[in-house]
Amino acid sequence: MAAWLERNVPRILLAPSFLAVLVFVYGFIAWTAWVSMTRSRLLPKYEIEGFIQYERLFAAPRWDTAMNNLFIFGALFIVVSMLLGLLLAILLDQKIRTEGALRTIYLYPMALSMIVTGTAWKWIMNPGLGIEAMVRGWGFDEFAFDWVIDPDMAIYAIVVAAVWQASGFVMALFLAGLRSVDEEIIRAARVDGIPTWSIYSAIIIPSMAPIFLSAFIVLAHLAIKSFDLVIALTGGGPGYATDLPATYMYAMAFSRGDIGQAASSAMVMMTVVFAIVVPYLYSELRAKRG
Amino acid sequence: MVDATPAPLVNPRAGQVALRWLLFAILALFALFYLMPLFVMITTSLKSLDEIRSGSLVALPVQVTFEAWRTAWSSACSGIQCEGLRPYFWNSVALTVPAVAVSTLIGAVNGYVIAQWKFRGANLIFSLMLFGCFIPFQVVLLPMARTLGFMGVAGTIPGLIFVHVIYGIGFTTLFFRNYYVTIPVELVKAAKVDGAGFFRIFWSIFMPLSLPIMMVTVIWQFTQIWNDFLFGVSFSQAGTQPVTVALNNIVNSTTGVKEYNVNMAAAIIAAFPTLFVYAVAGKYFIRGLTAGSVKG
Repeated sequence: MAAWLERNVPRILLAPSFLAVLVFVYGFIAWTAWVSMTRSRLLPKYEIEGFIQYERLFAAPRWDTAMNNLFIFGALFIVVSMLLGLLLAILLDQKIRTEGALRTIYLYPMALSMIVTGTAWKWIMNPGLGIEAMVRGWGFDEFAFDWVIDPDMAIYAIVVAAVWQASGFVMALFLAGLRSVDEEIIRAARVDGIPTWSIYSAIIIPSMAPIFLSAFIVLAHLAIKSFDLVIALTGGGPGYATDLPATYMYAMAFSRGDIGQAASSAMVMMTVVFAIVVPYLYSELRAKRG
Repeated sequence: MVDATPAPLVNPRAGQVALRWLLFAILALFALFYLMPLFVMITTSLKSLDEIRSGSLVALPVQVTFEAWRTAWSSACSGIQCEGLRPYFWNSVALTVPAVAVSTLIGAVNGYVIAQWKFRGANLIFSLMLFGCFIPFQVVLLPMARTLGFMGVAGTIPGLIFVHVIYGIGFTTLFFRNYYVTIPVELVKAAKVDGAGFFRIFWSIFMPLSLPIMMVTVIWQFTQIWNDFLFGVSFSQAGTQPVTVALNNIVNSTTGVKEYNVNMAAAIIAAFPTLFVYAVAGKYFIRGLTAGSVKG
């Protein structure tokens, strides 16, 4: 008995976590998937009815807005954060003496809660008292910056705050990547008289392809899960103008009492995440074993 | 170094110096961009409402007052409750500390097993846990709400601790596993020959080596859990909300005058613990971020 115990200690210790993941991750996903196929409203029902919830979802104008917003927000957030992060990383890579301090400044927003970020930017972009009032105070009476209350522009206000928060992190990723490029190759290129910008564009940046991929995955993942920032900055408004899938799901689950819609929208979100993440993780795991 | 672009008419040294200055100017401008919101938050929190209405967003306070801080901490209203951020701040402490401790400990043991005591299926379990890190939590919100109800901990702090531990295990295991695989297996083999068992090896060999990864994991978990909003807003009720939820309620409270100075003071209070950790242990925070993203 003691010998058996001794031999199986590792298994026994891992078992609770394994069970927890099985139940609380995979079991729960299965539950949500099941309920998304029923007519559940305020309470869950368990008779499978097919894809009616998904039909309702895709016919709902509010969901349509949410998916459009996700596309606009996600695309801009990812592209701008990557460009800004890459630019900052390259600039910081020029043997700057204050690099440590600058890196700390660029990256601190990542330590903040999205609710704090949203609260701060909501105040900064407040039309009556924020940037708009400030610039008007400088004598530009016609200046307008009222994105947070403009249904057509509010989503871009969220992009600004999100980029502010995440771009420093992308910078850190890229900077680590720049530093891992083989010094010898760069020195050889320099000796050959190749100008700095083409060393970057032809040698360094192409060799960082895996880092671009990870940055993309992380940012896409952040974009799809974005919830707090929208809640704090615009509350999903004006109207539903800045709804994202995450806020739609939350509204259906906890204020509208529409469990069927909540479950089906959550499943769509998961599908989107997995479509992006699974191929990446799969290749990572394979590469490690190979 | 920045190379001087071919400019035969200009002294190349002068060109280089000018480029250097341009570089610093751009970097400083970006530093301003990142610091501006923090600066605005602090200055706004130190102004009176009258000064906020009459002055500019970026002006320094003429008359520094800590009134907004007092209100934010102990009497700001969210809806009908007017008790400030204080009780919720302590809620966050009460849920973050145990959740971080438990999830880190579990992660350490899991990582040790997966990295050093491989058995058939251990890799599969690890992969399953890894995929679990990536799910959008919306997909578990509904069943978790019901489960917490069945367990009798719905709307309580122990319930929130439970949720954070469960969904934190994936990341903590990942951190420790990736750290422990770099320790040669021969070490465990030699210790076994000397008669040391599973726990003995863990305590006397692995734990003393684990300080850096402990720091990374604790800081990562602390930041995640302290800053969490989704679980907090979904699984708490009046009185048990964490600080992020309370902050959002105070800021978006529809009753009374909008007190921007109080909102900013409240935001800084809510942000203070994680900012402090970042300031003193930023190195570990960054390491966690990059490890957590590149590897998983």
